[in-house]
Amino acid sequence: MTSQEKTWKEIAPAGVCSKSSTGFLTGDWKTYMPVRDPAKCTRCLQCVLFCPDGAILWHPEKGDISFDYNYCKGCGICANQCPTSAITMKLAQE
Amino acid sequence: MQSVAKQETMALAGDQAVAYAVKQSDVDVVAAYPITPQTIIVEKFSEYVANGEVETEFVCVESEHSAMAASLAASATGARAFTATASAGLALMHEMLFVTSGCRAPVVMAVANRALSAPLNIHGDHSDSMAQRDSGWIQMYAENAQEAYDSVIQAFRIAENSGVLLPVMVGLDGFTLSHTLENVEALSDADIKAFVGIRKLPNVLTHEGKNTAFRLDPANPMTMGPIALQNYYFEFKRQQEEAMKNALDVIQQVNSGYAEVSGRSYGDGLVEAYCLEDAEVAAICLGSTAGTMKTVVDALRQDGVKAGLLRLRTFRPLPVEQIRSALANVKAVAVMDKSMSFGGNGGPVFHEVRHLLYDADKRPYVVNYIYGLGGRDTSPTELRSIYETLQGILQAGRVETPIHYLGLRE
Repeated sequence: MTSQEKTWKEIAPAGVCSKSSTGFLTGDWKTYMPVRDPAKCTRCLQCVLFCPDGAILWHPEKGDISFDYNYCKGCGICANQCPTSAITMKLAQE
Repeated sequence: MQSVAKQETMALAGDQAVAYAVKQSDVDVVAAYPITPQTIIVEKFSEYVANGEVETEFVCVESEHSAMAASLAASATGARAFTATASAGLALMHEMLFVTSGCRAPVVMAVANRALSAPLNIHGDHSDSMAQRDSGWIQMYAENAQEAYDSVIQAFRIAENSGVLLPVMVGLDGFTLSHTLENVEALSDADIKAFVGIRKLPNVLTHEGKNTAFRLDPANPMTMGPIALQNYYFEFKRQQEEAMKNALDVIQQVNSGYAEVSGRSYGDGLVEAYCLEDAEVAAICLGSTAGTMKTVVDALRQDGVKAGLLRLRTFRPLPVEQIRSALANVKAVAVMDKSMSFGGNGGPVFHEVRHLLYDADKRPYVVNYIYGLGGRDTSPTELRSIYETLQGILQAGRVETPIHYLGLRE
């Protein structure tokens, strides 16, 4: 517990969020991270649709995707769904 | 004595009295699933909805788990929500009871207390609500249909108090109260509406830095109870304990405020002492048993026995100081439990009362009486035998049997 954490008298009841969920970088939970081979990827966007954390971003101007590792928890659903096996799960290094 | 509001005498069973109280309490949402012996509450209230006598949104849910989830959701938007259940229904709500108290949703629920299976039994005892003792709900037990009516009305004020914000369970003994017709004095719709008032919402600071009313509102987004891990969960639980402590005062205030309107009060709202001032032997019980006990105490007093009774109207929060002071001069106490804690060395009320008496200046002898399970009738003669046992303890100067089963074939 750090000294920045508040006491029970200082916090709102019922676990009301004190900051936006985007302020919690849950990407550090992951053990494995998705890595894509752009040559195999057909940009079918199945991974974008299936990602439970909205951590795969589609950039229409570039016609390409990217992973937001700040929020990717490494669940591997994208790799499992990828019809061309363009995504593989690699051990995440710090 | 202040003049009280005009009231109408109605013949109501306990369940009907509860439904009538809810009808008058300006409730926004009722979500409930029928189960014996609570069924009449839901049936009667559905009639009010069908006849257009209330503006309440009635949600026919598919289970009690959903009934509590829907009540919680409604309450989280700032609405006044009510539900009712019993026995297995309450057991099915178990998970959602904690979510509701943890979200500080002031839902009011009537529990027509009933035994739990197996073997199947639809009759009255306190096994259902005692099994939910630690779910973070305020628990009150009514002695008669009148009190069931009065307590449900009071419960909204208690639950919604900004220092409390906890859900309240009002227990009424299955069949003994739920299905038995009694004269009930009912206040007018206007008087009840004025007494319960409009639900007030305290302000909280949201993730957007806004200081806004504590409710789910798309215009002022807020997230309640999502996740708190090792670093914060404990703090939220400590807040709930503080709210329970605050409830001790609020219940007393609401009890006396209600007395000004209705002329009726139930002890100090927490405990009701009967012939305790000079009592040497006393029993403690919850609910309808107290009615019979009072006549037993009267008879004992006529025979010169210094007998008394303490009825625990509020079990959560436990009125520790009130119980200790009410029993300060009593020499032997029998604690009555209408439920069992298997393998627990006595019933739940016994545990708590004996535990709080450990710190009393003078510790009385304390014994436990488990009785009335599965709706078994308990006669005045049996109840009288409790006091005779207590007198025997005083004579012998020791407790031979700490835990008794009253009315059980040995």
